[in-house]
Amino acid sequence: MAVVTDSTTPNVRFREPQIEMAHGAGGIASRRLVEGLFAPLLLRSPNPSLNDAASVEIGGVRMAMTTDSFVVKPLRFPGGSIGELAINGTVNDLAVSGAKPEAIVVSFVLEAGLPTEILEAEVRAMSSAAQQAGVAVVGGDTKVVEHGKADHMYISTTGIGAYLPGIRIDARTVRPGDKVLLSGPIGDHGITILLARGELDIEADLRSDTRSVFPLIEAMAHEAAPGLRWMRDPTRGGVATSLNELARDCGLGIHVFEDEIPVRDSVRGACELLGLDPLHIANEGQFLAVVAPEYADAAYNALCQTPGGEGAVMLGEVHEQPAGSVLVTTRYGGSRIIDMLVGDPLPRIC
Amino acid sequence: MKFVDEFRDPEVINKTAEEIRRLADPGRHYRLMEVCGGHTHAIYRFGLKDILPPNLELIHGPGCPVCVLPMGRIDDGLALAKDPDVVFTAFGDMMRVPGVQGSPLEHKARGRDVRIVYSPSDALKLAKASPEKHVMFFAIGFETTAPSTALTIMRARAEGLHNFSVFCNHVTIIPAIRAILDSPDMRLDAFIGPGHVSTVIGCRPYEWIAANEHKPIVVSGFEPLDMLQSIVMLLRQLKAGEAKVENQYKRVVPWEGNRAALKAMNEVFQLRPYFEWRGLGFISQSALRIRDSYGEFDAEQRFNVPGVRVTDPKAAQCGEVLKGVLKPAQCKLFGKECTPEHPVGALMVSSEGSCAAYYNYEHRKAVASSLAWPA
Repeated sequence: MAVVTDSTTPNVRFREPQIEMAHGAGGIASRRLVEGLFAPLLLRSPNPSLNDAASVEIGGVRMAMTTDSFVVKPLRFPGGSIGELAINGTVNDLAVSGAKPEAIVVSFVLEAGLPTEILEAEVRAMSSAAQQAGVAVVGGDTKVVEHGKADHMYISTTGIGAYLPGIRIDARTVRPGDKVLLSGPIGDHGITILLARGELDIEADLRSDTRSVFPLIEAMAHEAAPGLRWMRDPTRGGVATSLNELARDCGLGIHVFEDEIPVRDSVRGACELLGLDPLHIANEGQFLAVVAPEYADAAYNALCQTPGGEGAVMLGEVHEQPAGSVLVTTRYGGSRIIDMLVGDPLPRIC
Repeated sequence: MKFVDEFRDPEVINKTAEEIRRLADPGRHYRLMEVCGGHTHAIYRFGLKDILPPNLELIHGPGCPVCVLPMGRIDDGLALAKDPDVVFTAFGDMMRVPGVQGSPLEHKARGRDVRIVYSPSDALKLAKASPEKHVMFFAIGFETTAPSTALTIMRARAEGLHNFSVFCNHVTIIPAIRAILDSPDMRLDAFIGPGHVSTVIGCRPYEWIAANEHKPIVVSGFEPLDMLQSIVMLLRQLKAGEAKVENQYKRVVPWEGNRAALKAMNEVFQLRPYFEWRGLGFISQSALRIRDSYGEFDAEQRFNVPGVRVTDPKAAQCGEVLKGVLKPAQCKLFGKECTPEHPVGALMVSSEGSCAAYYNYEHRKAVASSLAWPA
């Protein structure tokens, strides 16, 4: 019997029998799903660069395009809400791709029985976030599912943006000697959400950091566009996951100086108590950038001088080794490899 | 941050590391066992191996409660969660530990009511808030967590709750240390004693290790400086030919332990005649069960538990690694069939497990240069 093979059958490598929560947590499992199933079956390019936004060419003009879904519990938390996240998340994915966010379309999945008051509050939050970010909401869609089939509401947003002049974001352009910049303190969002669920009985004066990072990126690009090689907003999976993705995509070693990692005391305290690593905690208003050494000071100064960028740090640098990994070094000479997050961050108790 | 930064000060750490290098006789090989999984985690997290002399070997001990739990106990606990009226609650540490039928997280993905709690009293709160459900707390841990389980059961009794039970897997540390010392292939010079367990049991229970086995033991805290200071104290004892129990973690551990906690444990728990430890086998009087007088809160008495017994895969050498006979990377499955994402043995699951810690922080450092990632 002849075996007929279709030479165009895409190379599906994802072999897991069912979808687990970890496949949506932004870590290794998510990456396996995307690279093993979605990319080979859906994407046209055989070797896509997995940036936060895709690059599309329409009528000779290159645009950045991205989409994101938001499922958050609770809907509102100190410093923000699902509505704000839905706008800022997509704005930031465009911004870290080097694009100015221009327009967004919104899709709502609502649960029957959702009080209008709650919906209206979220729509208002979206409106003011869009206004602040200078992006236009130009359309949308609504679906309603049975009561109990969604946590109140899910929001998806899709955005399009125009690339800033002279900018090219691609992990494959990263070189040894490049500097890694971080826009400010990490872990605020993830820990705020964890505490807002009210299961922990830990009180801390903390707010989510949700915001548009575009003004910071615009200021940095103005001074250092030719030197900007790579950017990412470290959301789910945190800084560690984003830097591991970078390390794998560029095949180099990313060195992080432990003492430079900016973490608020309240976030650190919660992490120490719960056995979590701030490097694995989600952020919604920070970004990482890799800058060529000759542009590093210009980029750093531009960041620091822009409102909201005062907390920026030179977090580390790029080396040849350990290739494909992220190494955290301490001032007393110890070092450790830090991997992507496996699944969700689980508190360590005993 | 107070009580943290002082113990991570690079200058003091460097000085202490120098002292260790001065004390360690270059002609001698030192094998120190850190009993507690929290210490194992700290050693890797802070990269302490990088600053210790090469002839000072740290052996990872049995003090990771998740790691020593036999796989069948997880299946037993989860079997009860098949009932749609039962809520299975456990610490985050347990959530990824695989049973034969999958981990608690996988059961959750299949639709079972599995929830993470941060303390047993949270499980009790949940029971009060959902009277139509039965809330079961899957209890794990050494004497560190056992008192809070005991107090929760006492509170459930006082509040007259009937929809709350505990599936008790609490174990005790001393029999495990004894089992390690009795193992013929074990050659240890000294112990870094468990800090958190000792806040409850105090330092006295270790005296036999010094007196009968002539091994020094220093109860240690978990910050980098704590651990280095403890190593200094151990090396000083070894140099002087002494063997005694010392307490480095005085800011937390009272010599006599915590009487109130011990009293609560004694009220609710009694020793099991024997209990199976993963990798170590059956150890007599090494675990706690709920006394009959509190039987209504004992999931094992209240429900029909299948009593699943699972032998670890033959190729997995968890026992040898647990006893310190093998280094994690020397196990045949390490980094191949057994990784943190797809653990075969429990040592690869918990971040306190020596295999997971070694894999995350050390192994990849060693092989990183040869790693090829799929494009």
